[in-house]
Order: sequence, then C-alpha cells, then structure tokens
Amino acid sequence: MTGKTMSEKILSTKSGREARAGDIVVADLDLTYSHDGNRPLAMELLSSMGTDRVWDPSRYILFLDHHPSPNAVSAAAHTKLRQFAIDQGCQLYEMGDGISHVVLPERGHIAPGDLVIGSDSHTCTGGAVAAFTTGVGSTDMAAAIATGKLWLLVPETILIQCDGALPPGVGAKDLALAIAGEIGADGANYMAVEFAGSTVENLPMDGRFTLTNMAIEFGAKAGLIGSDAVTEAWLAPRLSRPWMHLRSDPDAVFGRVVHIDSAALTPRIAKPHAVDNVVSIEDVLGTQIHQVVIGTCNAARESDLAEAARILRGKHIAPGVRLVVTPSSRDTMVASMKSGVLATLVEAGAVIATPGCSGCAGGCHFAVPDKGENVLSTANRNFKGRLGNPDSFIWLASPATAAASALTGRITDPRAYVETAA
Amino acid sequence: MRIAGRAHRFGDDINTDYIIASKYKTTSLDPAELTRHLMEDIDPGFAQRIRPGDIIVAGRNFGCGSSREGAPVVIKAAGIGAVVAQSFARIFFRNAINIGLPVFICDTAAINTGDDLELDLEAGTGRDATTGALITAAPLPRAMINVVRDGGLAAHIRKHGTFQIA
Repeated sequence: MTGKTMSEKILSTKSGREARAGDIVVADLDLTYSHDGNRPLAMELLSSMGTDRVWDPSRYILFLDHHPSPNAVSAAAHTKLRQFAIDQGCQLYEMGDGISHVVLPERGHIAPGDLVIGSDSHTCTGGAVAAFTTGVGSTDMAAAIATGKLWLLVPETILIQCDGALPPGVGAKDLALAIAGEIGADGANYMAVEFAGSTVENLPMDGRFTLTNMAIEFGAKAGLIGSDAVTEAWLAPRLSRPWMHLRSDPDAVFGRVVHIDSAALTPRIAKPHAVDNVVSIEDVLGTQIHQVVIGTCNAARESDLAEAARILRGKHIAPGVRLVVTPSSRDTMVASMKSGVLATLVEAGAVIATPGCSGCAGGCHFAVPDKGENVLSTANRNFKGRLGNPDSFIWLASPATAAASALTGRITDPRAYVETAA
Repeated sequence: MRIAGRAHRFGDDINTDYIIASKYKTTSLDPAELTRHLMEDIDPGFAQRIRPGDIIVAGRNFGCGSSREGAPVVIKAAGIGAVVAQSFARIFFRNAINIGLPVFICDTAAINTGDDLELDLEAGTGRDATTGALITAAPLPRAMINVVRDGGLAAHIRKHGTFQIA
C-alpha cells in the first residue's frame, strides 16, 4: 500500500475507514459554519431535515461578515441569525469581528487534521493549518448541522511544488495568481491542491492563507499545507486543545505535480473578468486605476497591511484615486492600529472600512465603482459585476502592487518601491 | 423524467455571480422575484426571453465561484428545465442535485441557441431534435443517485435520519 495524501489521512480518520482518492465516504465533522451572505440561510432549511436542533451547538459558528453595513433586508437576516444563535446556543461573531475564513483559524477554532465545512466557497482558506476545509451550499449545510456528518468524494490531490526564494516585492499573492494562470479556473475541479516546497516552508502564515484561499479559484475542493514549525508557532497562542502534526506521506500518490520556480516570479495581475486571466505586470503597466482595494479574505491580514504601509509611508495617494482598506478581522485591525500601520495608511489617503467582506461581494453596498472604472484589488475574484457594477473592471494584484499603484493612479511595479523602502 | 425545451447557449466558466449577481442578495429573498435578474450581467434580457422548460447549455465549469445555493434555486424558479454542460463546478453540482435542478454532463460543443433538445434524465440520453445529434450524459456519482431517487437531500435525510449513500 502506498502512503496517503493529507486529504486521504483526514477523511480516513473522520470516516473510520481506509479512504483513498475516488472513494465516497460519510465523515464526521469537527466544525461547521455559516454567514449572513448566502440565501437561503442554512438555518432556514434545518427543519426540512426533520429536526429543529443543531446536532452539536459548540460545532456550528455563525458570522455576520458579508453585510457589515446592513440594509433593511440584510438587517432582518442578521436578526434571524442572532436569534438562532441564542436559541441553539451557538457562538456568533458580530459585524465588525471580521471575515469567517480569517477569524476561525485566528481565534483557534481549527486544528491540523480537522474536517471543517462552511457555507461559503472560500472555506478552503483554513487548509493552511493542515485541516481539510471545504465549502458547501445551504442544503448540504442544513443536512450537516442536523446530522454532524457529510458525504464526500475523497479527492485526488494536485501537488503544487513551489521552490526558490520569492524576489523582493513579489509575494504570496503573486504566487497564487501565477498558479491560477498555470492551472486555470477549473484545473483542480473535484480535486484538492497541496502547496509545498521551500517557498511555502519559508512563508509566514499570512501568506499561506493567501495561497489556500485561492484554491477554489482553480476549482479545488480544498487547499492544504502540511503543518511545520511555522504552523506550530502560530497556533501556540491560539489553540488550547492538543493537536498532532499532519503532512502527506513521502510516497503519497498525487494526481498531478505542478512545479513553480518562485525565484523567477514577477508581480502578477489577473485582468478582468477572470481569475485565471493572469499576466506579468509588465504587460499592463500604466493602466489607469480609479480605485484600489486592500481587503477581503485573500490578502488583508496584518502583514499585508504592513507591506502596503511600508510603501505608502510619508507619501500620499495620487489625486483622483480612492484607496479603501478593509482589515480582514478585528484582531488584524487592532494589531494594525497598535503598530501604527493604520495611521500610516490613513495619512496616505486611505479610507478604513469595517472588518468584513466590504470591497468584495456586491451585496456589501460599499466601494461600488462607477461605470467604466478600473478597480485594482487584493481580492480573489474579479468576475464582472462582483463589486456591484457590471460595467466596471476589476484587476487582481498583491498588496504591494495595490499600494504602489495607489501612489501613481496607474498599475505600477512595486519592486522599485520595495527596494527604496527597505 | 423527460424534458424538452429550447437551448440557450452560454460559454465556459459561467460563475454564480453571473447566474445571480451578489448585489441582489440584499434586495430580495424571494426566488421568484430574483428570476428577473437571471444571467443579467452577461445576457441582459435573458430572463424575459426564456419560456418554461427551456434548457441552459454551457461549456466547461458551469457554476464556478461562490457556494450560493441561490444560483440553482433561481434557475429552477425561472422555469429552466435542465442545465446541460461540458462540466460543472463541484459546489454548484452538489447544490443542484440537492435542490432537484436537473443537470446533465455531456459534450455540448455542437448544440446551438434555439436548438430543440429532448432529454431523458433517468436514462442519461437525449437528442438535439434540430440537428438530429444524439446526446449521452455522464452517469451521476453513485452517492447522488440515492439523493435524487429520494427527491432531494432534505427528503433523503428525513427518510433515513442520516446519509444513506453506499
């Protein structure tokens, strides 16, 4: 018998049987979560499963992250979710606490080896702590919170082997976009992806979450990174329960291996309107930008904001450009206030928004661009209309590229700025 | 179950934001109301052109992007009889099966807008009556067959109390 991938190990443990790629298992869930963004709400479907109780209230967490500035419709959804949390005894993170995918690992809700589902496609983010975390729809979630289980096809895994040192000014987001361009929007459909290699080993956790968050943009069911000393140090102050390291076996069988030469990477841009429409920054330098967004569950963690602040310190964004910064969580916001990063960004001309999904999903009623405008964003999605106006254009980039471009009002290579700022 | 309807052709990577835009999540919770905005950002007027039973035909990766179940719910509420695509994104495919929107994975390259399609969902076969070409669907994953037979996931869980899918 050959070794197992991380996904095969986790799904074997959680289903109580030997699980290999291609098998279908019914697995026990460690954690489930939902937010205010998708309709119907899973809680509204619970009674259709023949029960009115969540199987284990300590394993279902609710978030008010998608509508941090609610209108009447979303305020009504918030009231329903708050009441449900009280009635069932579930934990609820309020508006302003941050984005579910960021808050869960940050507040110690996910451990290596866990099986987690969320009713959001970017649930894959949690895989950076060596857990199997995947997104489902409302009906699957309702069945899951009724039974504590879900059926899953054990996925094959694409190993994305990234080796070499990222050049200055080139970061995890550029790596993620390069991978999206390489394997395409459906290149990993029904599969898991595992990020490995010396580049990943040297990435701090913030950058690792940026990678796993993008897994769904290649179609993947989960994006995982084996646990190591970096994971352990990051989890130590956050996670109180015991956990064990988890990595794929050296002789695990991968469906495909993709090699990335990180040392040769340049800043990358995904052009409108597809995440895999990726070019090197040289191809689009000078494109006029009307609004810059540093936010979303992809790249608005503490080190992302700090990187932008290093580029913007003592300077001001160009006339005619708006810069919107949405810290991805309350913890990120507090840390960035204490370090002075937020003051630097505000002095440079930034607007700071409530931690949450503002500046990404169009239902947020925030930072909606005008017809014909170009938005450069650190988000993971640039679909037409994503920000609420189908006649605008969204370009995806790293926090460094976003900051450098805000200074000039045009798509700008951050590498010169990073060297002078060092 | 047999379905007959006119084909409406779309391309690859039709994401859930295109099916129903994010901005409408906070305008209404009523699927019937939301059907007016089906495919609005990529094909304005689509919702007004379709007739009950019409079939959406697409290329690869239909339903990619968000996990929003509103996407298949609104397609079904609009009266679309089935979605036929080269491939589906994973979450959309699960959602469609769970809520009872018929989905058909087959070669769609030769199907054009306006073609009259006839599909037999159980047999996984069909034909393009306009061109005469036969259509053969990929079989459903076996875990999903029980869910479909029970009439959707909620009915499945009510019947068995858990997932019964071996």
